[in-house]
Amino acid sequence: MPEWEPVIGLEIHVQLKTHTKMFCGCEAGFGGEPNTRTCPVCLAFPGALPVPNQTAVEWTIKLGHALNCRIAERAVFHRKNYFYPDNPKGYQISQYDEPLCIDGSFVVPGPERDSEVGIVRAHLEEDAAKTIHVGGATGRIVGSAHSNVDFNRGGTPLVEIVTRPDLRSADEAKRFLQLLRQTIVELGISDAEMEKGTLRADANVSVREVGETAYRTRTELKNMNSFSHIARGIEAEVRRQIETWESGGEVVQETLDYEVKSDTVTPRRRKEEADDYRYFPEPDLVPLEPERELVDRLREQVPEPPAKRIHELAGVVGFDPALDLVTTGNERKARLLVDNGLDWPTAANIAMNQLSSIDPLPENGAALVAVIKQRERITREAYNASFASSATTLIAVDDVLAQVAISDASELGPLVDRILADNPGQVAAYKGGKEGLLGFFVGQVMKETQGKADPKVVNELLRSRLSP
Amino acid sequence: MAITREDVLHVAALAQLELSEDEIPRLTRELNDILAAVGKVSELDLSDVPPTSHPLSVVNVFRPDVARPSLPLDDAFANAPERDAGLFRVPPTGAAEESAA
Amino acid sequence: MIDTLRLTAEEAKGLLERGEVSGAELRMAYREAIDARDEELHCFLTLVDGDDNEGVPIALKDVISTKGVRTTAGSKILENYVPVFDSTVADRCKAAGLQLLGKTNTDEFAMGSSTENSAYGPSRNPWDPERVPGGSGGGSAAAVSAGLAPWALGSDTGGSIKQPSALCGNVGLRPTYGTVSRYGIVAFASSLDQVGPVTKTVRDNALLYGIISGRDDCDSTTVEVPPVKLPEAEDLKGLRVGVPKELNEAEGIEPGVAEAVRRAIDLCAQLGAEVSECELPRSVEYGLPCYYLIAPAEASSNLARYDGVRYGLRVPADNYYEMVARTRDAGFGDEPKRRIMLGTYALSAGYYEAYYGQAQKVRTVIAREFAAAFERFDVLVSPTSPTVAFKIGEKAESPLAMYLTDVLTIPPNMAGLPGLSIPCGLSEGLPVGLQLIGPQFSENTLFRTGHALERTIGFDTVPERLR
Ligand SMILES: [Mg+2]
Ligand SMILES: [Zn+2]
Repeated sequence: MPEWEPVIGLEIHVQLKTHTKMFCGCEAGFGGEPNTRTCPVCLAFPGALPVPNQTAVEWTIKLGHALNCRIAERAVFHRKNYFYPDNPKGYQISQYDEPLCIDGSFVVPGPERDSEVGIVRAHLEEDAAKTIHVGGATGRIVGSAHSNVDFNRGGTPLVEIVTRPDLRSADEAKRFLQLLRQTIVELGISDAEMEKGTLRADANVSVREVGETAYRTRTELKNMNSFSHIARGIEAEVRRQIETWESGGEVVQETLDYEVKSDTVTPRRRKEEADDYRYFPEPDLVPLEPERELVDRLREQVPEPPAKRIHELAGVVGFDPALDLVTTGNERKARLLVDNGLDWPTAANIAMNQLSSIDPLPENGAALVAVIKQRERITREAYNASFASSATTLIAVDDVLAQVAISDASELGPLVDRILADNPGQVAAYKGGKEGLLGFFVGQVMKETQGKADPKVVNELLRSRLSP
Repeated sequence: MAITREDVLHVAALAQLELSEDEIPRLTRELNDILAAVGKVSELDLSDVPPTSHPLSVVNVFRPDVARPSLPLDDAFANAPERDAGLFRVPPTGAAEESAA
Repeated sequence: MIDTLRLTAEEAKGLLERGEVSGAELRMAYREAIDARDEELHCFLTLVDGDDNEGVPIALKDVISTKGVRTTAGSKILENYVPVFDSTVADRCKAAGLQLLGKTNTDEFAMGSSTENSAYGPSRNPWDPERVPGGSGGGSAAAVSAGLAPWALGSDTGGSIKQPSALCGNVGLRPTYGTVSRYGIVAFASSLDQVGPVTKTVRDNALLYGIISGRDDCDSTTVEVPPVKLPEAEDLKGLRVGVPKELNEAEGIEPGVAEAVRRAIDLCAQLGAEVSECELPRSVEYGLPCYYLIAPAEASSNLARYDGVRYGLRVPADNYYEMVARTRDAGFGDEPKRRIMLGTYALSAGYYEAYYGQAQKVRTVIAREFAAAFERFDVLVSPTSPTVAFKIGEKAESPLAMYLTDVLTIPPNMAGLPGLSIPCGLSEGLPVGLQLIGPQFSENTLFRTGHALERTIGFDTVPERLR
């Protein structure tokens, strides 16, 4: 059996969160009743002309820097010609052989070693409108009764990033995307949310036997709208290709859809002409020649790459937690605790758990750490409450720390005895072997003490009392 | 290179033109005549000449990222062949194919 | 009694300013002229019954979007299309107080040289109704020369302002590319389209150019324009006039046309200009082929938006692609189809370099030849059209013969140069146009030259049969 190596390249589309669309003054982004964010330009009325959004161009240059690309001295918009209801002009304004950002690289840290992914290009284009397929048996495109078009999204600035086929596993591809996403979010140019479609990724997948230098036929994998789906989709396609080769078959170049439920890929039907896009320079627009001064200024605005921080963190909390912290955005919360004197492992743990859905006020950092350090002494209630409120109100540390747990056996003993006496049935059942009832008794004690009892002590007391 | 009936049908498909039977031979003939004439441009050796896609040498024309009012819905649909509430209705696209964006 | 046949826009402006006529009276006079003569000439596709403005009336070619006024581009596919926005030029005319008389006939999507390609039937030449007014802007040119409008706007891609102006005995300016906004102009070939004035006099032309020209935030390809000077001078002292051999000796130039142009060139010398011959070795020979690759290629893309989804004709079908294909087959006439096919082919995989790519390089060659000529000359002169107005139907059967009528106007257009056509005499009783070509942004020089020649030539712009 030969050993197979996946060869994966990604094509990513990122919707920029500019105020307005790429070539007209209509509001971009979510919301708005259908077609209320349209104008002669984005509806392609006769005679309407595009004028490029300066912010979108500058943000693309910023992203180019973050991807270590060369920023072209001269970039040109091209027309990509094809017919579809969501493409009102009959062409998409995109970039072709003179893109804005060329030849970059992006480092993906790994548990053992880093991998560097080549970036072929990052270019600016406009998004398509939304086609809604109505009726039909399945409500899917095939067999729909008709389609409706909402042009609100049409014309939103879109950056297309194309990587070299440098990724060698589904997991690596997923990690690349998580990291790219975090980079984009930290640049502040997009929400980059796959669920919302502001970040979309297609994968070019092929396999080859380890040691082979040439590439084999690749397929294009589409329709994956979460990081895990992308990983699973690539895995499914890699499996399929290996089986195909091993069973003496041939992988053919085609576009495939990943279907989550069945965890399989299915070929897409395409019009035979669809691939001849007849690109030519967009005559309604003039070339982009970014001034060096601007390019340099934008470079300075690019924050330190998340990969670098993952390395630092991996040293103290291990690789996976480090990756999680950075790509979930919980890193900031952990740092707040560390800055206030907590150790990294504890801080990381709390950031990923208690604080995973809470964003504490910076002013609460010190208080939180004080509370965390005292968590053995104080009541569960008080402990949890301080996290819950940390996002909105200032924590009164002294009050929280004052809510000391009752751990004095002489104080809890009589209470335990009374509860056992009040519940003879449960006691009998427990002694009869239903040991699960211990929790019931603990609960009763907690109720009586408004949660102030120290559960450890209560457990001990109950066990000793109930043991035959 | 002479244009065949097949070429004409292929180009018509690219251009989304459903040509009637009588149009096809005529267009085939006319396109061949015209291409023979315009093919003259290939007589010149211009390997060292840069292309001109624009008569003016203007660059970097932008608009600020500031919203301007969109059209009232009734203006957007003023000339629409088929309106479905707030949407433009079209016949089904048939093929499971999405936009190439 | 207002004689619309002779009244210039400048005179009309004077009458209004001095309160000698009202805007309503002026509009009425032109409406009467239209009622009297347009049935025969068919200059207008849509008439406007009056707007808020009280200024000099104007007619606009029907590729110019006018809010609330049907704009068909001479095509069935836009038969019922009523724009919800004004083109920038329409907007500037309104802002200048001009009142809109109506929309004039044009070859479908401005593709043609005779208006015979209009889906609504050809316009006729006021000098001889059996003949074409030229095109594509034949409706505007015929309207001005027949006194149905004091002035009008046309659009010029390969010669659609200059050539009809020549054939109807008007003054027509194709401005420097980028000086007049294309926003709201139904696009034919974006890197060539320019809107410009069709008038009776050079001064009228300068006036109207002053109104419509200048940078527009809605058109990325527009630039600031030097202030327009109304021409006064009656001499051409110090002007260096070049006579390009190839533009003046091209085959197909009728003797009568050549002779009238020759006389005008001699006048230049008499008016004090230094006149000498020059050459444009490849611009004329390769200009036409270059144009008929670039313009159709851009057109094939510009006309893709007519898909029956958001506006315009829709032929029903039970599948989107069939609907689009049938709509476009039914909605486009022969010429747009021909050019869409030609342009699509020229851009398609495997042919781009040989056709479109090569044509773009030829375009560079042409621009360089003109640039070289303008190091020695301020103005280049030639006939505007090789022939006078031809008979309706004469060239209808051969697309190539029709394409040849633009052989002299196309070369400067490829280089984005301004061109002014002025009437310089008659041949066989029909007007002959003189084409004045200048470097980019030299409109003021062209106006000065045209004005001085106009004064000495003393051409009567009123068609003999209407005097
Ligand atoms: Mg794309
Ligand atoms: Zn818009």
